[in-house]
Amino acid sequence: MRLHTNCIAALLMLVISSPTLHAKELAVGLLTQADDERYSASRLEKSYPDEPSGRAEQAVRLALEDTAFTLQSAGYSAAKLVLAEAPDSTQLAAVLDALVKSGVKHIVLELPAASVALVAVAAQGRDVLLLNAAAPQDTLRAASCAPNLLHTLPSQAMQSDATAQLLAVRKWDKLLVLYGPTAQDQLLLAAYQRSARRFGLKTVALRPFKLSNDPRERALGNVRLLTASADYDAVMVLDADGEFARDLPYRSVLPRPVLGSNGLTAQAWSAWYERNGAPQINRRFFKRSGRAMGSYDWAAWIAARAIVEAVAQDAKASNTAAQLKALKQGSLALDGYKGQRLSFRAWDGQLRQPLLLVHSNGLADTAPFEGFLHPRTVLDTLGFDVAETGCKAP
Amino acid sequence: MKKISTQSLLMQIHLISATVILMVTSLAQARDTGQIFVSSEKDNSVVVVDSRKAEIVTTNKLCKRPRHMQLSPDRSQLLVACSDEHRIFVWDIAKNKVIDKHNVGEDPEMFDISPDGRMLYASNEEDSTMTAFDLVARKKLFSVKVGGEPEGVKVSADGKRVYVASEVASLVHVIDVSTQKIIKNIQVGKRPRRFLLVGNGQLWVSNELGASISVLSESSFSVLSTIDFKPSGMRSEDVTPVGMVLSPDGKTAYVGLGRANHVAVVDVASQKVKEYVLVGKRAWGLGLSRNGQTLYVVNGMSDDMSIVDTVKMKAVKTLKVGRVPHSVVLDD
Repeated sequence: MRLHTNCIAALLMLVISSPTLHAKELAVGLLTQADDERYSASRLEKSYPDEPSGRAEQAVRLALEDTAFTLQSAGYSAAKLVLAEAPDSTQLAAVLDALVKSGVKHIVLELPAASVALVAVAAQGRDVLLLNAAAPQDTLRAASCAPNLLHTLPSQAMQSDATAQLLAVRKWDKLLVLYGPTAQDQLLLAAYQRSARRFGLKTVALRPFKLSNDPRERALGNVRLLTASADYDAVMVLDADGEFARDLPYRSVLPRPVLGSNGLTAQAWSAWYERNGAPQINRRFFKRSGRAMGSYDWAAWIAARAIVEAVAQDAKASNTAAQLKALKQGSLALDGYKGQRLSFRAWDGQLRQPLLLVHSNGLADTAPFEGFLHPRTVLDTLGFDVAETGCKAP
Repeated sequence: MKKISTQSLLMQIHLISATVILMVTSLAQARDTGQIFVSSEKDNSVVVVDSRKAEIVTTNKLCKRPRHMQLSPDRSQLLVACSDEHRIFVWDIAKNKVIDKHNVGEDPEMFDISPDGRMLYASNEEDSTMTAFDLVARKKLFSVKVGGEPEGVKVSADGKRVYVASEVASLVHVIDVSTQKIIKNIQVGKRPRRFLLVGNGQLWVSNELGASISVLSESSFSVLSTIDFKPSGMRSEDVTPVGMVLSPDGKTAYVGLGRANHVAVVDVASQKVKEYVLVGKRAWGLGLSRNGQTLYVVNGMSDDMSIVDTVKMKAVKTLKVGRVPHSVVLDD
């Protein structure tokens, strides 16, 4: 079933015609937005490391297939994926409304950050559980957090902390930092600066860059100039767009590794990961979709698994509040094929997880690294801990 | 009286002597060779260790990604799941060579053999099925759809049931061999891996991400109790039990605790953990000598095998055994 929403009349039709769900069928929603630029063909073919490598529908389907027995033993006949796409962000609230009214209570969000925030507001006070699987922005876990909003994609703070741990462990702690001109680049810079403080990295030079061949802006656009006259162990590039970072490795004045938005990046998942059953899930995903499983796919897959686990343990099938509680209190642990039990942070709804430090065709390491201690779980050395959370509506 | 020709008499003698020779060879065949076999997933080989000297004798480049191994009931053959070749290889221990390859479906990881040696049941990780294979007729008999990523397979002592663990669904499927159907799904801990029949009507299953063992009843097919592991100084998320083995007297079970780098020694009757023995990284597959005095533990992340003296409860030697060792089988 696919919800198309060109006009309100169509929406109403759907509301009337869609509740064909059987009594004990679990409906899982996947909410997308047609104008999400990250999924446009021209953008996908660039395959920037921090962006999705395609729509995650197959990942959700795979998760529902993987967990069919779990659902059945909880008394459900099957799970049904309900695809709902809004043409743009202005239609999101209406599409959400139609989804909820058709009986869907569990929704995976494959949306840009601003749209996640918008949907969270629209879902306030309703019996619905939202799982953000495609927006890494920290603000969604802080100022824009919501009680019924969980996040399976690692936050930018987690990615930044994972990279910083590697730099600290390798003792490559003197950094040349290059950051882009956009507001999204500023978010990456904030995440880097927080991580640098936490893990003792020294920023020997902090330089803005700009994509430009203009001779008058040479200092901003020329990689040789940007990487000259400083002594650094590594180059941290913070480029939300990706084009500048793409051309950085092997062009620096000093022979140094590049990390951040290219070179070595911190990911939720990688096709090169081969421990903890990863090859099995990678092969299953490849068989379905014809492409390698990436971080965004993994995030959507584990989101659907979280939904099934939460519903299956909720014997009374009461409401999503009880399921949310089980997920947030850690009484429900998830198997994310990362070698340990994963659970959600009670304070901001973020899924705690190890991150993979990935380069173009392999894994350099996994974070958290040995030696970074934590009183509760070492996974909480990545990202915002309870004491520093900016989420006031946990 | 019929006259027996010399030729036929000779033939008869020949037959008799052939039978005698056959009997002698089958008796002498590969029993107690003192060999220990260790499969290495990444080296595509099976390492042979001399149990008396505790030294590597040879490394057999056997097949792609060998994982679970098991002796045939008469102990003359070593059956090896070669996952990336989608076959079970049959290694003749006396002849030192592969004598057969069974097609048991895609990506076999674990398997078990019926007590009469006729049937082999394998889990097909990628297809989420359990395949029943007739070793005598050399063909697939049937397959059963199970939960995602089936791992551990165990045949009940009477051969009437097969237990299959689904890692993804956290279920143990009870399959009736005669009807070829699942008769019960038992919800166990997170990511169930391997089985151990402890002999008192109990079936143990290790839960890798549950840091525990679920004790199941073989009659009611329900969870009777749970054994938790908490080695001191370890967090529960680092405890990932997988391989298990039972002492010859059935009183003690050894459990490899994976990332916790320890083996737990469990008293079967009381289900209490008596001790934790430090071994290598990601303690995984286990094997025990016939006298119960030596425990072999293959360590998946340190590419070695710890040899544990079960009297002293201490690792006495570590042997390098190839990249990512999976299973250890003893012919002692």
